[in-house]
Amino acid sequence: MIKNKINYSGRQYVIIAAFVAVALIIAVKLFSIQVLDDKYKRSSENNTLRHITQYPARGKVYDRNGRLVVFNDAVYDLMIIPGLARDIDTCSFCKLLDINNETYNKLYDKARKYSWVTPSVFISQISKEEYGHIAEMMYHYPGFYFQTRSLRQYPEAIAAHTFGSIGEVGRRDIEEDGYYKSGDYIGRSGIERSYERELRGSKGMKIVVVDVHNREKERFMDGRYDTLPEHGKDIILGLDSGLQAYGEFLMRGKTGSIVAIEPATGQILAMVSAPSYDPNELVGRQRSANYSRLLNDTLKPLVNRAISGTYPPGSTFKMINGLIAVQSGVISSVTEYPCDGPESAPIKCTHHHHSPVRLHDAIENSCNPYFWQAFRDMLGAARFEDTRDAYEFWYRLVTSFGLGTAFRTDIPYTVSGNIPTADFYDKLYRGNWNALTVRSLSIGQGEILVTPLQLANIAAAIGNEGFFYTPHYIRAFADGTPIDTAFTQKNVIDIEQRHFKDVKRGMQSVFEGDHGTARLSRIDSIPVGGKTGTAENPHGPDHSIFMGFAPVENPQIAIAVVVENAGFGSTWAAPIASLMMEKFIRGDIRRPWVEKRVLTDNPENEK
Amino acid sequence: MRSKNIIGKFDIWLLLIYLALVTVGLLSIYAAAHNDNHPAIYDLSQNYGKQLLFIGISLVVGYLILLVDAKFFNTFAYVFYALSIFLLILVLLVGSKISGSTSWIQLGPLSFQPSEFAKFGTALAIAHFLGKIDTDTRKRKTQVSAYCIVMLPMLLVMAQGDAGSALVFLTFLLVLYREGMGGKLLITGVIAVILFVLTLCFSKWYVMAGAAVIYGILLWLMDRTKKNIIIVSTILVAAIAFIFSVDFAFHHILKPHQQTRINIILGLEQDTRGVGYNLNQSKIAIGSGGFLGKGYLQGTMTKYNYVPEQHTDFIFCTIGEESGFVGCFALICLYLALMLRIIVLAERQRSPFSRIYGYGIACIFFFHFAINIGMTIGLVPVIGIPLPFLSYGGSSLLMFTMMIFVFLKQDANRMNIL
Repeated sequence: MIKNKINYSGRQYVIIAAFVAVALIIAVKLFSIQVLDDKYKRSSENNTLRHITQYPARGKVYDRNGRLVVFNDAVYDLMIIPGLARDIDTCSFCKLLDINNETYNKLYDKARKYSWVTPSVFISQISKEEYGHIAEMMYHYPGFYFQTRSLRQYPEAIAAHTFGSIGEVGRRDIEEDGYYKSGDYIGRSGIERSYERELRGSKGMKIVVVDVHNREKERFMDGRYDTLPEHGKDIILGLDSGLQAYGEFLMRGKTGSIVAIEPATGQILAMVSAPSYDPNELVGRQRSANYSRLLNDTLKPLVNRAISGTYPPGSTFKMINGLIAVQSGVISSVTEYPCDGPESAPIKCTHHHHSPVRLHDAIENSCNPYFWQAFRDMLGAARFEDTRDAYEFWYRLVTSFGLGTAFRTDIPYTVSGNIPTADFYDKLYRGNWNALTVRSLSIGQGEILVTPLQLANIAAAIGNEGFFYTPHYIRAFADGTPIDTAFTQKNVIDIEQRHFKDVKRGMQSVFEGDHGTARLSRIDSIPVGGKTGTAENPHGPDHSIFMGFAPVENPQIAIAVVVENAGFGSTWAAPIASLMMEKFIRGDIRRPWVEKRVLTDNPENEK
Repeated sequence: MRSKNIIGKFDIWLLLIYLALVTVGLLSIYAAAHNDNHPAIYDLSQNYGKQLLFIGISLVVGYLILLVDAKFFNTFAYVFYALSIFLLILVLLVGSKISGSTSWIQLGPLSFQPSEFAKFGTALAIAHFLGKIDTDTRKRKTQVSAYCIVMLPMLLVMAQGDAGSALVFLTFLLVLYREGMGGKLLITGVIAVILFVLTLCFSKWYVMAGAAVIYGILLWLMDRTKKNIIIVSTILVAAIAFIFSVDFAFHHILKPHQQTRINIILGLEQDTRGVGYNLNQSKIAIGSGGFLGKGYLQGTMTKYNYVPEQHTDFIFCTIGEESGFVGCFALICLYLALMLRIIVLAERQRSPFSRIYGYGIACIFFFHFAINIGMTIGLVPVIGIPLPFLSYGGSSLLMFTMMIFVFLKQDANRMNIL
């Protein structure tokens, strides 16, 4: 042994301690990321498993004759998982997608803000042609993949308001219903909205294992956790697409609406709101551009006037007043009132006909003094305690026609119109009012407002002689699922049937009588009942209104037509309605001159 | 006293640990790289088949080493060292560039890294130099020479652009320390760096708790003289003061962007798109293993190549994912057993050469082990050095095997030394 060497063997423990300490640190860190923290487990699943949503085909829509009116066309959404979409050649990718680098970064940032690992839509609705070109290059770009989606297509560019449209879900939709994920579509209006749950079906989920290059490797657990998408239900509408198209054809260049109802069921046969638009415009990538264009159009084509336009019904309201008056027992159908002289003051007749008249003639001639006097006598009748009591009797029967409230139905955004309550008048006139104060009501003016849909429903109720079914779009589900029972429940009006028969005869005379206001719109061989009206419009020319039904016995169609700013009901609304009824019942038009006049003249030119 | 057996009585434990590690390595490479088209582990067209071949070659070389006279490596230590330096210079001239560094020499179908060989050569040289009878480590001349022996290959490796492998040579400072050099300075520096990094990576309270644990271990192992206790306690107090000041300086003096920069260097904040991608994927793979792991060949991250270079530098991910914390912990224990067994054997050597050489290789294994696993779990920055015996690669496996077997031979021969 060499003496001058110092033994440093104690230092071995320092080295051993250092080795053990480092091993311990590593073990502790491993314990923390492997056992304590489960964020890595989730990351690994997100990394390797891709949940591919299987979108169900949205339900198709048929009209009452079995014609396909709404179907789906495949498009492709380019999806991105930002966490995986790194290190790609953005330059070539942008070229492939035909976007610039700036757009790419913007889209990427948007997706990244939504989630690092959850897929979101990068570019939506890529057409089949573009898809084919891009898809074959996709293997270069991990983190991106395609998802098949379907777009609504409309073979006939009709009934835009009825069909409605679908749009991408917003944050609120996602919060309200966990079914939706960013980029999903939801029915925004029309039947797409009211039957969203049935039409959308339910999404399926395919779970696949992908490798780092974004290639699908295998089904996760042999597909044990996959779910199959369930197709949306197909819907059959009460709509008659031929009639609808004809109605839109007739209303071209006009502002207003047509509502046609099948009285025996309450199904909507046609609902036209003019001006309208091609429903195909609100589909796909051009949707937002077209939507804002339509939104800014001064004629407001996006508004469905048939359900949200409210008008004073004018003379078309006289039947209800007549019916209530005879039902009250204050007058009978043969009670006569003169149409001039002190009795009728302050309302004078504007027509030339014999006097006095009874209910039938008063309807045929649209005699204002008759309805005023009947209304006055009813409100002042001894069988009621006072005016208010009588008014409430009137109010109850008026609202039983579906007026003053919005229908609870599958037609979204229907509005209530207005029937003033007794309380309203108490407040307005400080409790001091009588028949004279509210006399405008007797001729359908004043505070009364109805929608074309409500007007058509009145026609259906009268045509049915005392009952109606809540107007609705749907006829049936293709798979036989029963429709809402509210649609098959009779709403019975508390007025005797014989009074309706009298009124119907009067309405028939509107077409067939010598003085009938719609005699020029008569249809040979089809007995039609109806009533014209002219709604006073404080903002401009009066609105031309018509409501009616055909045939008079067991009517197949009840209709309301409003042409805005077109003057008398007899000049525009009545001929249009008669053409619609003729088209629906007979299938063809045998009065081309009426059609020609409706199409070539323009209400705007007449004044 | 010469043993009749030419090989001698070598340490069976060290050999078993070695074989265990090599086996784990082969299985992990198979797990990381296997595919259904080539299910056979001996398929030579696949990395695991090649690794099996490398293991075979390594074992043959190991056996040959056991046949060589024990004094051969001491006698020719400088020759090995000179050869290392020659190869390191040669590689700078004719080496082929692989992923940014000129560290491979191509010989027909074979390629190897001189830097691997240089670790071996340097370990031999330093052992030979310090093990000479007349060497006095207290002399400045001796110290300078020793540092030069370490620094020369280190600088040459650095010149290749392979900073990771160059850093490995720093581990010889521990060997020098064991032989009585640079003790206080080295310890202070190392502790300061470790504490600095740890304080920023973990909560300062954890680091202090760790310091306290080490303090306890030291007290337990040392002669508990009054002087020793005072020294160690002073160090502990200083360390705690240092931890607090680092923590304070970082959070209250540095500006946020400066903090971010340091955090990125430390791997605490990553741009997961860039270099951080490997680390992030690696942590996800290991973390997703959980306590028991996903099962052998069941790791989804492993199977679908989410972690780049998984069969080489990131082989630990496979173990982390498929065998979980239990497997990782077992592997750490296996490495610790390897290093501690070498130290135990080294300390029983009569020849200083054998002892110093033993420390040399123990420290090399330690550095590779700590840095490689540390980088896969984000404890240290990503430095591309292999995990000994586990990572795929012929030249590194061969060199690590040679290091072990030369030591086995020295140990087997220890009774033949005066």
